[in-house]
Amino acid sequence: MSLQEIILQQLINGILIGSFYSLVALGYTMVYGIIKLLNFAHGDIYMVGAFVGFVVLGLVSGILGAGWAGIIISMLASMLIVGLLGVGIQRVAYRPLLKAPRLSILITAVGVSLVLYNFVMVLTNGEFMAFNTDLSFAGIDLGSVRVTYTQMILVIATASLMLGLHWFINKTMYGRAMRAIAIDQDACRLMGINVNKTIALTFFVGSALAAAAGVMAGVYYGSINFFMGFVIGLKAFTAAVIGGIGSIPGAMVGGLILGLLEAIGTQLPMVGSEWKDVFAFVILILLLVFKPTGILGKSEIERM
Amino acid sequence: MKNLIAQTRLMDGIYKALDNKLIRYGVYLLLVTLVILTPLFANNYVLEILTNTWFYVVLCLGLNIVVGYAGLLDLGYAAFFAIGAYTTGILSSVFGMNFWLTIPFSIVLSGISGVVIGGPTLRLRSDYLAIVTLGFGEITRLVVRNLSITGGASGLIGINRPTVFGVYLSKINHFYYMFFILVLIAIFVSYRLYHSRLGRAWQYIREDEDAAEAMGIDRVKFKLYAFVIGAIFGGVAGSFFAIKMTAISPETFIFTQSAMILLAVVLGGMGKIPGVVLGAGILVLFPEIFRAVGQSRMLLFGIVLIVIMIFRPQGIWPDRRN
Repeated sequence: MSLQEIILQQLINGILIGSFYSLVALGYTMVYGIIKLLNFAHGDIYMVGAFVGFVVLGLVSGILGAGWAGIIISMLASMLIVGLLGVGIQRVAYRPLLKAPRLSILITAVGVSLVLYNFVMVLTNGEFMAFNTDLSFAGIDLGSVRVTYTQMILVIATASLMLGLHWFINKTMYGRAMRAIAIDQDACRLMGINVNKTIALTFFVGSALAAAAGVMAGVYYGSINFFMGFVIGLKAFTAAVIGGIGSIPGAMVGGLILGLLEAIGTQLPMVGSEWKDVFAFVILILLLVFKPTGILGKSEIERM
Repeated sequence: MKNLIAQTRLMDGIYKALDNKLIRYGVYLLLVTLVILTPLFANNYVLEILTNTWFYVVLCLGLNIVVGYAGLLDLGYAAFFAIGAYTTGILSSVFGMNFWLTIPFSIVLSGISGVVIGGPTLRLRSDYLAIVTLGFGEITRLVVRNLSITGGASGLIGINRPTVFGVYLSKINHFYYMFFILVLIAIFVSYRLYHSRLGRAWQYIREDEDAAEAMGIDRVKFKLYAFVIGAIFGGVAGSFFAIKMTAISPETFIFTQSAMILLAVVLGGMGKIPGVVLGAGILVLFPEIFRAVGQSRMLLFGIVLIVIMIFRPQGIWPDRRN
């Protein structure tokens, strides 16, 4: 492969992986924006999303086959189920602690993460599951680089989910309520906004997006496991910080930037693919040193 | 639930009784004597478990400085423990250095990594520290897995054990006493720190950060002290771990390890030394007693973590707030 082809290949990988990061980062940043909680369980929610999609696909593939029709149905089902799971988690584990010291709710979030992670581990016996689909490797060849139709559809799907979210946040009443609560929760309560319901809705949307990313990752990689959410949770957080935590467009941009940086970074001499995760983490630390507010974040200094 | 509340009431009563100085010192003396005499009648299995308990007590006391005293969440504590263990492991097995000389290196290296991680992060909201330490824990494990000097995925073997006063440390009761001495030192240091100017500053920051800063406490500096001291505790514990096991591998330092240490601190009662010791004891004994739980142990731990934070955030043996 020539250098240009390598770069092209890495750009495609970067955009695809980056769009998964963006979808997960959106959930982080939305929850953070509204209740200032770093939801550690978010990576695991992505993982659970992949498994729910896997189970639903297994159920519907008898009727619809494991082509796009089946995948879309299982993705929507996973988004709905996992969205509700997110609301349930919020109700049981986070809502009682919203007024407690910050440390309490952070520790509960770790607890939720442990529960989801280990629950799936026990259920699957710690094994990898093959995410079988009927998708072909057909695509468009650019030199020796092939862009498959699957890759294109996945990128289009993430882009439409993000556009949908953008519309939801900026144009609907619920989106306006979310933005208002992020600014001043008490004032919103006085204005008659149902704060608890809006927070629950935020968890629903954030978890549903993570679930969609999980199912798409399953389709793309062809295999899922119980620990797939751990590293992506960290990466998505890094993406959210790159874009400026609390900023929704920031999370979208941050995910793509991180995906591209990683894809290019692994091609550098001295940075092999086994150092990929270390590379992302070094970016996070450097960012926190030099630009903690990220690209699109507000420059206010907040304290605990 | 009612039963549980009645039980915790009863325990609160016991702690009240311990507030009496005479009773308290009597109980402590009894406990220490018991611990010293145990190897005379206990078998190797019991000693092994107790040694393991002492080891976790030291780790938990270290994390307690970060979480309990300063109110910061460190989710990658196993990384500092790994740094200490690998420092001693490499220096003694590759360079043939005496064990006692490797400890200062462990202290310096774990301290430096504490500064590198804590320095930039502690200036920001405290939640950032949690996720950055989570990442740091994972990265440390990946680094020791990928480097050749750390032995890669299979780890380091053949770490030399030291000689103390002419005795070559090899039997379980040697380690039993050695770790118990370490526990006593850790308790002493924790106690002194808590009642020092530094300790009071931490409590102030934990309770009200803005008020603390208004009183002239440099919150970033004091938080960094807590984080680095906690890191050093972990590093030293790691050094001793390395010579006890003589072999270390990256899989010892997974996230689960950090989560378990955190659970022990939270379970026992953040900020209170006896509570943390109790938490560490429960942590080690639980899987030994309930062997049937097996693989789903961490699932249960996660649930316990959530339940405690919602229903008894002060832990089983809480800190007495003045």
